[in-house]
Amino acid sequence: MSAPVVVVGAGLSALRTAESLRKNGYDGPIRVLGEEPHLPYNRPPLSKQVLAGGIEVEELAFPMRASVSDVDWNLGVEVVRSDLAAGILTTADNRTIPMSALVVASGIRPRQLPIPGPQKGRLLLRTIEDALHVRGRMSAGIRLGILGSGFIGCEVAATARGLGCEVDIVSLDSEPMIRPLGPDLGAGMRTHHEQHGVRFHLGRTISQFTGDDQVTGAILDDGTHLETDLMIEAVGSVANTEWLDGNDLDLGNGVLTDGYLSVVHSPIPAVAVGDVARHPNALFPGEPLRIEHWSMPTDMGKLAGKTLAALLAGKKPEGSPFTSLPSFWSDQYTWNIQSFGIPGAASEYRLVEGTYDGDCIVEYHDSSGLIGVIGVNRTAELLPYRRRLLARYS
Amino acid sequence: MISISVDTNTCSNYGQCCFEAEDIFSLDDKGVLQFIPQADDSRLEELENAADACPMQAISLTQS
Repeated sequence: MSAPVVVVGAGLSALRTAESLRKNGYDGPIRVLGEEPHLPYNRPPLSKQVLAGGIEVEELAFPMRASVSDVDWNLGVEVVRSDLAAGILTTADNRTIPMSALVVASGIRPRQLPIPGPQKGRLLLRTIEDALHVRGRMSAGIRLGILGSGFIGCEVAATARGLGCEVDIVSLDSEPMIRPLGPDLGAGMRTHHEQHGVRFHLGRTISQFTGDDQVTGAILDDGTHLETDLMIEAVGSVANTEWLDGNDLDLGNGVLTDGYLSVVHSPIPAVAVGDVARHPNALFPGEPLRIEHWSMPTDMGKLAGKTLAALLAGKKPEGSPFTSLPSFWSDQYTWNIQSFGIPGAASEYRLVEGTYDGDCIVEYHDSSGLIGVIGVNRTAELLPYRRRLLARYS
Repeated sequence: MISISVDTNTCSNYGQCCFEAEDIFSLDDKGVLQFIPQADDSRLEELENAADACPMQAISLTQS
């Protein structure tokens, strides 16, 4: 029997790629190696419904289609090295695993800044275990410090205020969620949080954690001392690519793929999917991007499975290259935010409906025209914008 | 035919399904999801895309 297609990573992108391999005619063995002890599960509720107590973690597992019932899920397995030319992976417990082809779906991990002081009690939010740990300690009246004002920092803040926690956000950025939203809508977002009682320390970072052996506070770089019962760090992510070192791949900010999501310079058939992949997108010609939105694993998995099935059959991928309209949503208090495109790459912002401190629609442009749109409580009105963005590639 | 069901306890009205099959799923004036519970078999791929796109994974499909 031939060696299996091995998928490194057991998240949403692994599941969608496996489904697509089957759909596109690959009927050989598929083996998944996942570091976490769980089958693929849905992460976005971790910072919202799971922390708030509305959803139990058992409900997060993705439904499995019949087509992937014979996939061999190996969970709690960490891959530490690879020799693609030899078709071999090595696990942390020093097992050698053969493969005929590779799906890189190893995702990201939260970035942690080196900050002096006690290290116990520095909490992150990426996994089910992280969320359960935080939830067990989050209750009315506790003082929560959050380092970082991106998606996770802001969503945790909104959830925590809902639970009655005191919340301080420390961030080097000048406005919360400024990268995806831009400065004006970011300022609106700040006001929205402030109206719900969040205190911001913007343009600031933590110089030192305080406490004996456990973090009980932080000193900011302007000397402010925050006392905290809980400290969560959410300052971005690092792509999990170390296990691919030594294979002459381009691993600068994720694994570089071509337009069909095939890993560039791989000596064996290989694709990269999800948060770990830096990929071109025919809708937005230019530098390949690594995009961590939840919509990406599904879009990428569908094409990557088709590409890999073709490569395994000795053919070249054909048809349309990767063409995906990235999207994200976020709900914070009374705001439901919906985005399409790549607003973070815009050089110009146009408020076309409403005001920045409430319901609105904002267009994001660069020299090529409209590249993104964000609506606050205007989701149903975004369909025409979505069509305009999709029409960028035809 | 394909029967469509939505777990209304889980659905958070994010509206992602509306973008995949806009004549089947829609948000009403109050932002609450409305949907047509049956569709022709020819719509399977679109409906699977809608189910996949649901942030709460609240959509299930049954073919009969």
